[in-house]
Amino acid sequence: MGGQWLSTVEQTSSGRPVFLPNEIECSLVSAVDLECEDLPSFPSLKSGLLILTTHRLIWLPPDTSSTSTTSSAVAVPLSSVSHIFSAKKSLKAIFHSPRIRFQASLFHEPGSNPEPGPRSIVVTIVVRGKGDCDAFLGKFWESWRGRAWESEVSGPVRGEDLGSGSGTRSGSGFYTKEGAVRMVGVSGILRKEQEMWESTDKSLQEAFQDLNALMSKAKEMVMLAEKMRQKLLSGSNSQTGSTNDDELGSKEEMQDWLLSVGIISPVTKESAGALYHQQLSRQLADFVKIPLDRAGGMINLIDVYCLFNRARGTELISPEDLLQACSLWEKFDVPVMLRKFDSGVMVIQNKSHSDEEVFVRIKALVTNPDALRTGISASDAAITLGIAPAMAKEHLLTAESKGLLCRDISPDGFRFYINLFPEINQDDVYLVKDHGIYSTWVRVASVS
Amino acid sequence: MQKLGDFKLPHFFNYPPYFTLQPVRDTREKQVQVWKELILDYCRTQKIFVIGLEEDFPLFSNPVIERSLSHEAREAFISALVSEAGRAEWLGKGHRKCLILWHRIQDWADIILRFVKDNGLEDSVITVEEMRSGVECRGTELHGIDRAILMRALRLLEQKGKLAIFKGTSADDEGVKFSM
Repeated sequence: MGGQWLSTVEQTSSGRPVFLPNEIECSLVSAVDLECEDLPSFPSLKSGLLILTTHRLIWLPPDTSSTSTTSSAVAVPLSSVSHIFSAKKSLKAIFHSPRIRFQASLFHEPGSNPEPGPRSIVVTIVVRGKGDCDAFLGKFWESWRGRAWESEVSGPVRGEDLGSGSGTRSGSGFYTKEGAVRMVGVSGILRKEQEMWESTDKSLQEAFQDLNALMSKAKEMVMLAEKMRQKLLSGSNSQTGSTNDDELGSKEEMQDWLLSVGIISPVTKESAGALYHQQLSRQLADFVKIPLDRAGGMINLIDVYCLFNRARGTELISPEDLLQACSLWEKFDVPVMLRKFDSGVMVIQNKSHSDEEVFVRIKALVTNPDALRTGISASDAAITLGIAPAMAKEHLLTAESKGLLCRDISPDGFRFYINLFPEINQDDVYLVKDHGIYSTWVRVASVS
Repeated sequence: MQKLGDFKLPHFFNYPPYFTLQPVRDTREKQVQVWKELILDYCRTQKIFVIGLEEDFPLFSNPVIERSLSHEAREAFISALVSEAGRAEWLGKGHRKCLILWHRIQDWADIILRFVKDNGLEDSVITVEEMRSGVECRGTELHGIDRAILMRALRLLEQKGKLAIFKGTSADDEGVKFSM
């Protein structure tokens, strides 16, 4: 083809373009022309399908054309785009098809008449069809700015279809021009794995070299830290009574300094815990806000542990860390708190959480006719209160301990009823007052 | 109103939590109180003197709501009765059978005295058996009284000098001579 400015695009048997590794489609527009006024030898690309990917702008010829046609699938690598022009709003533009213009630095396929080397030309995308030009422009910007192609530059050389894109990588076959092995097929995948292992191994070795050096330094550091620690300890012991402000100030400085180096001072451990735990504590308080609202104001500590670690992804925290982080909240002004129930279950709840309010809702639930007749289970309460069943059970147990409810254990399960025992008259067990929950219950229960 | 035999059951007998031993202290106290009352009332009207914990005591289950007291609950309530001085006593070792004193021994003693007065037996002699199944006692509370309880009441009165117990010709033919 004369004037090979644009790289060819390999296509699958069904006409889809073969994508590069990690290349993702972003947008498609149909009935698009690509024009270039600067180059007379620019190919005629009319009414094709324009595909924007993370790496390229691919133009596919329209379906109606046969294989041996004047135009074939071509692409402009986004890496060669130097500028995207913003849409021109003019009177002319209203009557014409919408256009997007961009500037790219393209190479000419060697072996053709004009001089080799890059030329900066302006290409116009003419959207003749019904595509949304502005949206496409937006996506074009995003993909271009995303620079997805750059993250792969450091990797080993792969066989890409950017034939004339950079001029150095071209041709097909197992070996590229530099002699590096091409990554194609299963062997390509295996090869890639192998190379990744080798490079990881190498970097690990290098790291350990540094580590050895660090360890020898660490010995000195440890001795220094010990000296500091002794000083701090002796400082706090010598003052049996009140300490004056100066002494306290320098001691605090020392502690801060030690903390910043990452060493845990024994004095600090007693009071606020290491810096790590303080930071973790704050981070946890921020993180837990959203799940807490979603769970209705109270979450099991075990669930928080799972959520938090999953969100962190790496650098997982241990259960002890979590517990310590929660207990540090007492020292800060955060809107959440750790709470331990009598049953041993630990939860995180909003400080604004009111037990009383929950009891009001439980009471309302347990005094409706069905509940009077058959009581409520933890799952019933969970649905009404909008919280997890385990949390609901804790609330029910707490309400029971306050005398609001009493339990009924039977083969049907563990259920709760409104507490009627206070309503029973000691002197006359047959007496039922005309009004009140007892009489309501009698009425409802006798229906069944 | 529900009945157990001819015994009128209170409404809360159909309240399921009534049959589950409540853990909360205040609620438990109330529950125990009410159960004690009910047991005493029932035993009094049905003239039941002994309760076996492992037997099917009708008061301990309610088929209408499909609930019954667990062994632990039964023991808890009966023990509470035993703790109340003079109301109940465990029979033998192991908490299996319990003597229910819906009338205290002292009350029984008073009933005996009234019985004696009503029938003009102040200076007579009567066998123990007659006291509990004879013609005179028909219609009185003494009819069908548990023999052991009767003996204890009599012994109490003997201590007070109201009567004297003597052995008859055969083992179960003890007699009582009143001297009031």
